[in-house]
Amino acid sequence: MNDAMWAGTVTIAGHEQSELEAYLARPLGEEPRGGVVVIHHLPGYDDATKEIVRRFAARGYAAICPNLYSREGAGVSPDDQAAAVRAKGGVPDEQLVGDVAGAAAHLNFLDHANGRIGVIGFCSGGRQTFLVACSLQIDAAVDCYGAFVVNTPPAEFPLQHKPLISKAADLSCPLLGLFGAEDKYPGPEEVAVLDAELERLGKEHEFHSFEGAGHAFFATDRPAYRPAAAVEGWKKIFNFYGRHLSA
Amino acid sequence: MCTYLTEKIELDGAGKGGNGWFTLSQGAVYVDHPYHACHEHTVNIDFTNPAEGPSARVAVELTEESALALIDAIQKALAAAPPGLASGRR
Repeated sequence: MNDAMWAGTVTIAGHEQSELEAYLARPLGEEPRGGVVVIHHLPGYDDATKEIVRRFAARGYAAICPNLYSREGAGVSPDDQAAAVRAKGGVPDEQLVGDVAGAAAHLNFLDHANGRIGVIGFCSGGRQTFLVACSLQIDAAVDCYGAFVVNTPPAEFPLQHKPLISKAADLSCPLLGLFGAEDKYPGPEEVAVLDAELERLGKEHEFHSFEGAGHAFFATDRPAYRPAAAVEGWKKIFNFYGRHLSA
Repeated sequence: MCTYLTEKIELDGAGKGGNGWFTLSQGAVYVDHPYHACHEHTVNIDFTNPAEGPSARVAVELTEESALALIDAIQKALAAAPPGLASGRR
């Protein structure tokens, strides 16, 4: 087994050709491979997210995480970028879709790309994954506890993101949803509404809610980490991508 | 949970960040996941000056108890000083 990889920072073109920093990890082997775009959570482009990128490369995928906060300036630390973006109300949906499209194009341009693209996002990135899967031609999407897909955010929410459920008819690929049964954003009722709507529309999807887990149960660097749910969740992710991202 | 909620205030003062002292113009307070503190949620306060870029930031992440104790300490300190002594209008 050749599990060697290359990993490091690259520059890609995002929405409206903006120059974005991105973290890329790709296997050194020569087998054809699918690509995975990892959408980081609201706290930003951090070490934990880069570790997730490398995890996909270790399993044979080319993976990339665009720094969605790159526009805050090169050389600015990711936590300061995240605070600045938060103060401005987050990134606009349109910009996010353009940035992910750029990241996907970068993956497809790499040697040995098989042309199939998965997207995965955590927390706010879960919502954004659904948005991307309804806006771009994607091959497999994984929404990890994304809130406000169905429900309207609280009035105080600075960006006033609109719910995305009306876009569900445009979902371009199978969707794997992984949720914590004890999460409030999204709560089980929000997950159930999305599940029913996708069922009604005949959209291929697979939802799992893990007992004993709340929001951010995949986050190994936070107290919310729930090993049992995370281990099982990763198994489901690799099984799902194995089925949908092979050439 | 991610609360996304942010209370913003205008500030007049100075703070010391990674690149030294700078003039403060804005503050943001939110209860959400911390970046560094080892708690699930904290009261996060950013003292910033957006005109000087995102690095002009002093960040603190406090537990609820610490944040309330800080408010109390600020009020006690102000009450102990002559009224208006630290006012920006002086």
